[in-house]
Amino acid sequence: MKWSNIKYLVLRRVVQIGLLFLYFAANAWGWKILSGDLSTSLLFGKIPLSDPFAVLQILATGVTLGVNVIVGALIISLFYGIVGGRAFCSWVCPVNMVTDLANWLRRKLLIDKTTRKTWLSRNLRYYMVVISLAVSAVVGLAAFEVLSPITILNRGVIFGFGSGVGLLVAIFLFDLFVAKNGWCGHICPLGGVHSIIGKRSLIRVKHDKDNCTLCMKCKDVCPEVQVLGMIGKKSEFVSKAECTNCGRCVDVCDDEALGFELRNFLK
Amino acid sequence: MKEKDKKPQISDRRRFFTDIAYSAGMGVMGGLLWAGYADKAKSSTLTLRPPAALTEEDFLRKCIKCGLCAEACTTRPNNIDKETGEFKPGTLIMAKAQDDVTIGTPYFIPRDVPCYMCDDIPCVTACPSGALDVDLVTNSESGELDFKMMDMGLAVVDPNSCIAFWGIQCDACYRACPLMDDAIKLVYGRNERTGKHAFLKPEVNMDTCTGCGLCEKACVTEKAAIFILPREIALGKPGDHYVKGWDKKDQQRVGNRKEEEIITHDERSAKKPEDYLNSGVEY
Repeated sequence: MKWSNIKYLVLRRVVQIGLLFLYFAANAWGWKILSGDLSTSLLFGKIPLSDPFAVLQILATGVTLGVNVIVGALIISLFYGIVGGRAFCSWVCPVNMVTDLANWLRRKLLIDKTTRKTWLSRNLRYYMVVISLAVSAVVGLAAFEVLSPITILNRGVIFGFGSGVGLLVAIFLFDLFVAKNGWCGHICPLGGVHSIIGKRSLIRVKHDKDNCTLCMKCKDVCPEVQVLGMIGKKSEFVSKAECTNCGRCVDVCDDEALGFELRNFLK
Repeated sequence: MKEKDKKPQISDRRRFFTDIAYSAGMGVMGGLLWAGYADKAKSSTLTLRPPAALTEEDFLRKCIKCGLCAEACTTRPNNIDKETGEFKPGTLIMAKAQDDVTIGTPYFIPRDVPCYMCDDIPCVTACPSGALDVDLVTNSESGELDFKMMDMGLAVVDPNSCIAFWGIQCDACYRACPLMDDAIKLVYGRNERTGKHAFLKPEVNMDTCTGCGLCEKACVTEKAAIFILPREIALGKPGDHYVKGWDKKDQQRVGNRKEEEIITHDERSAKKPEDYLNSGVEY
């Protein structure tokens, strides 16, 4: 296996596990590098970072929030809005490791070939965003935060797991047997919010049609395959919002037809 | 051809409205299921929250479930185990899915680990969202943190299982109380059974008890005979019908209220007391 074929995969795992480790260390040994959890963290004990979707849900319940949390949500939104697109989903979110494992098993067990096409809509996540805000307002409780597998897994690593593990197993089985990329690629409203935030982000995958041999390996591995519509047709950036910048397509491409580049909106 | 003609024609307009109805229907269905779950996911009313928590309803709205309070509690410098050099379990627990508490929110179980009432109150100062309100534990005159202003609950004594009420000498809770002789006092009484011993019964002062739970932790009985309940659970409410006429403060309680808010008549006042008292109990 060549390094260039697994480079981004390995880097992503290092980042994902590294962040979980720092969160864990903050609670276990009092490290001040990254404390809190993915809904709100403190970087170096000072810089607040907040999940913009959690903040939106809380605001929807009709209360005001501390300045730190608002500032933290702005920092995160700006960061992903400018730099990463949906990079949160593939580089930070721990559930990505669960669903990637399910997806990898799908390919190994040839489940992809034997089951019918996914019946879920790729737009479901945006409905989920709207519904979770509406439910938050009606019930008076941040609605997605009480069933989010992301924070359950994240908090599980930091404070110890409970029966919330069941939800993670459920999502694993759902992605493995019921729907390909079912959770991250269709349902998760946090992914929807990050799609909206990162729509105009600067770092994106660019396709070079002239190098493409139409092997379609990229489409096999892509978790949001609808964003790769230009493969073999047009040399252009991946412009759809749902691209997670995971770089798997770049990894598997042996023809240098895909790579990360800076989008220049000034031109 | 004839067969084909019989099929209803689906116009674009019909398809458009059907799509909208479909999405709205699915959305409402999902939303209702979700709302039902979220409503059930709210905590049991017996949950003890960290100091300076807002009322449970507002607390649940505001808490972002980041765990910074629990981390500040566990990793405070005075929580290090002297033998192992590691942090002991903190007071605050982040609720897990199986707990009867909204998932991811902080609470504590005093019988396991009570609140030690740190004077720098690290959990409250760590809260970024305002679900723990630092103003609630700040002395308005000096502007300094005051741990005596904490309010997590109220200690309640069960006189049936408290062995001090039996006449056996025990002052474990009294000595464990950080506000000894204030939040818990020992009340002396004559033990008529022996004729020569004294009772030393613990009595909780509801005005100063913070609900830290050190008494519950210290209680020697198998299941604690003194325990912390949230104030709303532990206390009754006299209402506006009864006022301590001899107490200026209690008169203000009713006097400060707007007239339309004062309730002196309810369905029980429809009859005169002598009527319903004389008629006996209706089953």
